[in-house]
Amino acid sequence: MHIPDGFLDTKTWMALTAISGTAIAVSLKQTGKTLGEKQIPMMGITAAFIFAAQMLNFPIAGGTSGHFMGGVLAAILLGPFTAILIMTTVLIVQCLIFQDGGVTALGASIFNMGIIGAFVGYYIYVILNKIIKGSKSIFINAFIASWLSIILAAAACSVELSISGTVPLKTSLIAMTGVHAIIGIGEGLITIAVLSFIKKVRPDLLELRHE
Amino acid sequence: MKKLVITGLFIAIAIAVFLSPFASSHPDGLEKVAEDKNFLQAAEEKEIIKAPVPDYSMPGIKNKTIAGSVAGLIGTIIVFCIAYGIGIFLKKKATSKVKGQTSK
Repeated sequence: MHIPDGFLDTKTWMALTAISGTAIAVSLKQTGKTLGEKQIPMMGITAAFIFAAQMLNFPIAGGTSGHFMGGVLAAILLGPFTAILIMTTVLIVQCLIFQDGGVTALGASIFNMGIIGAFVGYYIYVILNKIIKGSKSIFINAFIASWLSIILAAAACSVELSISGTVPLKTSLIAMTGVHAIIGIGEGLITIAVLSFIKKVRPDLLELRHE
Repeated sequence: MKKLVITGLFIAIAIAVFLSPFASSHPDGLEKVAEDKNFLQAAEEKEIIKAPVPDYSMPGIKNKTIAGSVAGLIGTIIVFCIAYGIGIFLKKKATSKVKGQTSK
């Protein structure tokens, strides 16, 4: 879902750059206030893992592939503000070093995958935790939240493309959310696989935010 | 803590180096939609910058698999350092602020 240069018009990418810039500033401030000693290396590890996992495109139907995004996972591990910083780091490196996503669309990608994917996705997870309870609930809720985070990010991307006049809203919305509803299943599965791995080997890392 | 960093980074690097060659080369969701709905050409020749390692393939290495693994290795380490660095920077800033307040 890395938008290349040329898909978004100037007003759209400038507005999204401003919104994402503000969100990054707020996230830096919030993270600075709450960051625990153990969370500092976890920021590096989580970002590195997300970058690596994003390289693994898995095939889905119809000659299409998808890859992990990691927004909800980062937010569950480190909180929604730190997750925005992690997604921003990954997206900037992908854009500036690997030509994955355009420079003008960087703000849009941070909006879609950081603000929507990680931040909004995290609060879906928090709300679900209040509704669905039980021993396995964090996995069920993490799956649903990360699945939805992909669909919502895809929907946001569609809206941006249509505001830019690149493609009509209805066309892109149906196509984008349709494809990403399938990719989102992969997102959900990887998220719970990582969470259950961490729970097994280092359960304390899931509690970092409550220390 | 040290063990955590080594293990975590090792897992990430292993994924980037050893699993990335198995990644699907099909277009991703957005690219496929752009193809099907005829707006992929909107991005043609529109790149603002020329990135040093385009498409996760290290230039100058003939073997594509190795070129991809080297790109993955470099990217993973860079991302790790930046994110870790942001953490250290923010913590330092927060600590110096607290010290500043108590000394007043």
